Amino acid sequence: MGVGVKVEKLNAWYGKSQALYDITMQAQANHATALIGPSGCGKSTFVRCLNRMHETVPDARADGKVLVGDLSVYNGTTAVQIRRRIGMVFQKPNPFPTMSIYDNVAAGLKLNGFRDHHRLDEIVERSLKHAALWDEVKDTVRKKSGASLSGGQQQRLCIARALAVEPEVLLMDEPCSALDPISTGKIEELIFQLKEKYTIVIVTHNMQQASRVAEFTGFFLLGRLIEFDKTEKIFTTPSDKRTEDYITGRFG
Amino acid sequence: MANHHENQSMIAPSISLRRRGMDFLVTCAAGGAVVLVLLPLGAVFGYLVYKGVGSINLAFLTETPKPPGETGGGMANAIAGSSLILLLGSLVGVPVGIGAGVYLAEYGRNRLGNLIRFTADVLNGVPSIIVGIVAYGLVVLTQGHFSALAGGVALAIMMIPTITRTTEEMLLLVPNSVREAAYGLGVPRWRTTLSITLRTATSGVITGVMLAFARVAGETAPLLFTAFGNQFWNWKVNQPTAALPLQIFTYAISPYDDWHKQAWAGALILIILIVFSVSAVRFVASRGMLKGAN
Repeated sequence: MGVGVKVEKLNAWYGKSQALYDITMQAQANHATALIGPSGCGKSTFVRCLNRMHETVPDARADGKVLVGDLSVYNGTTAVQIRRRIGMVFQKPNPFPTMSIYDNVAAGLKLNGFRDHHRLDEIVERSLKHAALWDEVKDTVRKKSGASLSGGQQQRLCIARALAVEPEVLLMDEPCSALDPISTGKIEELIFQLKEKYTIVIVTHNMQQASRVAEFTGFFLLGRLIEFDKTEKIFTTPSDKRTEDYITGRFG
Repeated sequence: MANHHENQSMIAPSISLRRRGMDFLVTCAAGGAVVLVLLPLGAVFGYLVYKGVGSINLAFLTETPKPPGETGGGMANAIAGSSLILLLGSLVGVPVGIGAGVYLAEYGRNRLGNLIRFTADVLNGVPSIIVGIVAYGLVVLTQGHFSALAGGVALAIMMIPTITRTTEEMLLLVPNSVREAAYGLGVPRWRTTLSITLRTATSGVITGVMLAFARVAGETAPLLFTAFGNQFWNWKVNQPTAALPLQIFTYAISPYDDWHKQAWAGALILIILIVFSVSAVRFVASRGMLKGAN
């Protein structure tokens, strides 16, 4: 089951330049929350703070309060523990190029010491089915490299890989920006099903996509969260002038 | 395609002709360059076969050298000795070289890293005879006698900078997004480096190792006062050992006709051994590759 994500006064920096200012918001368990905003507004930095990927960039740091369920992300837990509970799908599909499809999905468990091969087979099949990729790859799952798949398949493989470690929250950083409309449609459909088991936070440049998949939407501008509300409200009667300007295409 | 070309030539025939001419010229130039690269290799190998193949027989591959003046005998002990020294050299040089390369690529963006990089580049340019003297000082003097181990250490010192720098370069070619994918799964950094980054770069790292191996396999100078040479069988790590390059050198400068022939045969065997071991490693490595992997 998914758990909620609660963020209070989150600030983030790259070296001396501040990228996020006092972000406070909540992502409800088993719902999808979309983050929109123009390029460079901090939405990617924000999701990368949630699983502490932000700090893998040299000189980057963040502080504030982030709660994932009852787990405090920046207080007394290691980044590795956090990332096992919060899965992530990146903008560009990034399968491990020398591994088979099977090993790609199993990687998260295997590399963390999981050795039960029988269980592993089950988990790989279940994750690939969950990511709607199983039917397309089931005959070559051990023979073909993850890099030999098409872009859309690779992205679903990356989703399967994230699901295999059974996270509670799934972060998606523009997961469809490198994909064609058909693959995008498949992944949006997938997000709908995944909501039953996971909490989803999705960054997107595509406002239609936000309105299609997410119950809640947040609008970022210049490192600040300008408005956060039900998706319907954001796209029909936003309360902030800047949100309205952005969604009606007056800038961004 | 053909149609497309014809259309183009109808619109502007002169451009098309010029393009085709240029295409032909550049293709010829590239082909010529390939021939120029392959020619010396073919010439060396062909000449070795011509001069050496007549002296290769069972005795050459199974017997030790006969005393000066007698004909017959072989270089079996030198073939075995070379294998032993190369094995020792690789056992020391490959792990150290790969380890240093991993450090440079994954953790070495600091002053220590720059120092190691600079040291490796300088070491790469140190004449091999000097590497031999260093191994002499390090191993032979402390042990009190020449040994296969001393030869192995000398070759290892020569392998390390090449392996270090190619490993670093191959690891840097692995896109950062691959590392991020592993971090995102909760895989610790050290595990990511070993099981993801290094694994992704495996074929490039192997190329670097094989380059270093092939280069030192034919080295003579660093073995002169380390492995020293031996007329008899030796399997002991701490005893003076025969080596093919040394044996070739000794035989080539000798006054005996039979030894000259054997030197040619030894050179041919040396090249075959190098080509064989490099291809064997490549074959084994490529069997682990998957369809569509890059």
